[in-house]
Amino acid sequence: MKSVSTLLASAILLTVSTAVSAADLKPAVVFDMGGKFDKSFNQGVNDGVMKFNKETGLKYREFEITNPTQREQAIRKMAQRGSDIILGVGFAQSSAIEKVAKEFPNTKFAIIDGYVVAPNVQSLLFKEHEGSFLVGMLAAMASKSGKVGFIGGMDIPLIRRFACGYEKGAKHVSSKIGVIQNMTGTTPAAWSDPGRGAELTRGQFDQGVDVVYAAAGYTGVGVYQAAKDAGKLAIGVDSNQNYLHPGTMLTSMLKRVDVAAYTTFMEAKNGTWKAGIKVFGLKEGGIDWALDEHNQDLISGDMKAKIEAAKSAIIAGEIKVHDYMSDKSCK
Amino acid sequence: MEDAFVFAVLTANATVRVATPLILCAMAGLFSERSGIIDIGLEGKMLGAAFIAASVAAVTGSVWLALAAGVALAVCLALLHGFACITHNGNHVVSGVAINILVSGLTVVLGIAWFQRGGQTPGVGPEARFMPLELPLASALADVPLLGTLYSGFLSGHNLLVYTAFFAVFATWWVIYRTRFGLRLRAVGENPHAVDTAGISVAWLRYRAVMICGLLTGIAGTYLAIAQNAGFVRDMSAGQGYIALAAMIFGKWRPVPALGACLMFGLLDAVAIRLQGVVVPGLGEVPVQLIQALPYILTVVLLAGFIGKAVAPKAIGVPYVKEA
Repeated sequence: MKSVSTLLASAILLTVSTAVSAADLKPAVVFDMGGKFDKSFNQGVNDGVMKFNKETGLKYREFEITNPTQREQAIRKMAQRGSDIILGVGFAQSSAIEKVAKEFPNTKFAIIDGYVVAPNVQSLLFKEHEGSFLVGMLAAMASKSGKVGFIGGMDIPLIRRFACGYEKGAKHVSSKIGVIQNMTGTTPAAWSDPGRGAELTRGQFDQGVDVVYAAAGYTGVGVYQAAKDAGKLAIGVDSNQNYLHPGTMLTSMLKRVDVAAYTTFMEAKNGTWKAGIKVFGLKEGGIDWALDEHNQDLISGDMKAKIEAAKSAIIAGEIKVHDYMSDKSCK
Repeated sequence: MEDAFVFAVLTANATVRVATPLILCAMAGLFSERSGIIDIGLEGKMLGAAFIAASVAAVTGSVWLALAAGVALAVCLALLHGFACITHNGNHVVSGVAINILVSGLTVVLGIAWFQRGGQTPGVGPEARFMPLELPLASALADVPLLGTLYSGFLSGHNLLVYTAFFAVFATWWVIYRTRFGLRLRAVGENPHAVDTAGISVAWLRYRAVMICGLLTGIAGTYLAIAQNAGFVRDMSAGQGYIALAAMIFGKWRPVPALGACLMFGLLDAVAIRLQGVVVPGLGEVPVQLIQALPYILTVVLLAGFIGKAVAPKAIGVPYVKEA
């Protein structure tokens, strides 16, 4: 009996929400620290919502967080102003989304990289370890010194997941390869500190690293610049960053946050939106590696073949990439 | 042995790169404060200069125009500070903080208006940056053991502004202790009445001091924008102006000890970067958090135990009002 009433309730909820989306949908997006021009994570989301705007002609509200206390305020403000769907960008907005979602049960919420259980929240999660594994293999194959580096942004489990996948990928190519890891910081400021990113990178180069992978938001820009200045290779993250420095950008680990952002808005518009978890991995096309005209000279046919083989093996489940978040360790 | 030596040279290089803006700012603060003007606005002047230098470099592609623009803006901000504190006897700390806040907001607003990139400036290529200079014979001597490594690895290969920073320390020392201007500058910070009695304009002396301060912070900001990095980012000075101020107080308002303090901060930072993720025998892997707290912990320890009392110039922060 109880399940019938819940079903009924959700059916009513669904009709209400479709009725709303039949009128002009009012989506909103709240970017996180680093800003929508970070050339990486936030910018990917920006690309996705701009694509949505272009295709549907629907306007969206946006806000860029400049300090952590603004998250909850910004999200609540968007809800108060009658936005139908509010997209929070980044794990750090999870608690704010969770809180505001309770206050506005009729508003849809989506969160990228965060996991929130609520009847009106969609959690968009990525299997970063799978993509990091692939670029880790590439790094190991491209390295002449046998040492590859990783620069993380803020030291959080999510970034450790990138690091762990990368290390496993590099070791998959050769167990002798050395992986040096650095984190930029322990506060959100670590996402927007290119100066420190560059300094960390030079430090790794001094230790013999010749390919470096950054998962650090805007801080990565400093990493790529330092790699270019030193004539070493760098790997981009989230968005395709190959174009930044053609010739020294080995590849980019694509985390298609643009697809996630676009999809959740589109679903809200079409009335197919559902709360719950959506996972984007290699299989779903939410994770990939970038090969384009800017880096094709750096990737040999042999490398490409090996990566594609590994990719199919991961999709088929023949290679299991360890997920740091599953046991909080990288054994 | 050779490895340890190379490691030391590389760490020294990183130290110098990180310490350069601190050194320039500390010398800037020293001129201002020795003349009796508290300068908490080093941060703002440096940030403003960084923004203008990056903008000019991006638009014109000329490092020299960028440097000139950076210095000009920092001098203007310094004159603004001087106008508030010297001419109108305003509170030095309030004026300095106001400049910091103003610049932190204004750079982003102008950046958005000019470049539409969320407050960043476009990245600049190597032709519009201060690139590392190779000193004569550096590559030829690189293979000579020790001395060659020291010369080509450490002394050579920095950019012009790094050398300028070290020269600035020497110049500051010389101006403060060996010139008539320096003597008067020190006097005006201790006892402006005596200086006035001797028939020297207190205001003009102090204005000259803050202008020199602007010049040096302008160079520091330019270094941040187009030597260390390749463009401007919101709040890129990241508190280095305050650290420089602390270093200057560490050095008891004297150029060479202040240089030492800046280098110490730089060294701690460089070592912190290199210690991350390294397994220390007996301790295991040191946590990132501890490594990053290290410079601050050491600062507290040093301040508490080893530096001794730092005595500021007597007339610092006190407006000079001529007795009627």
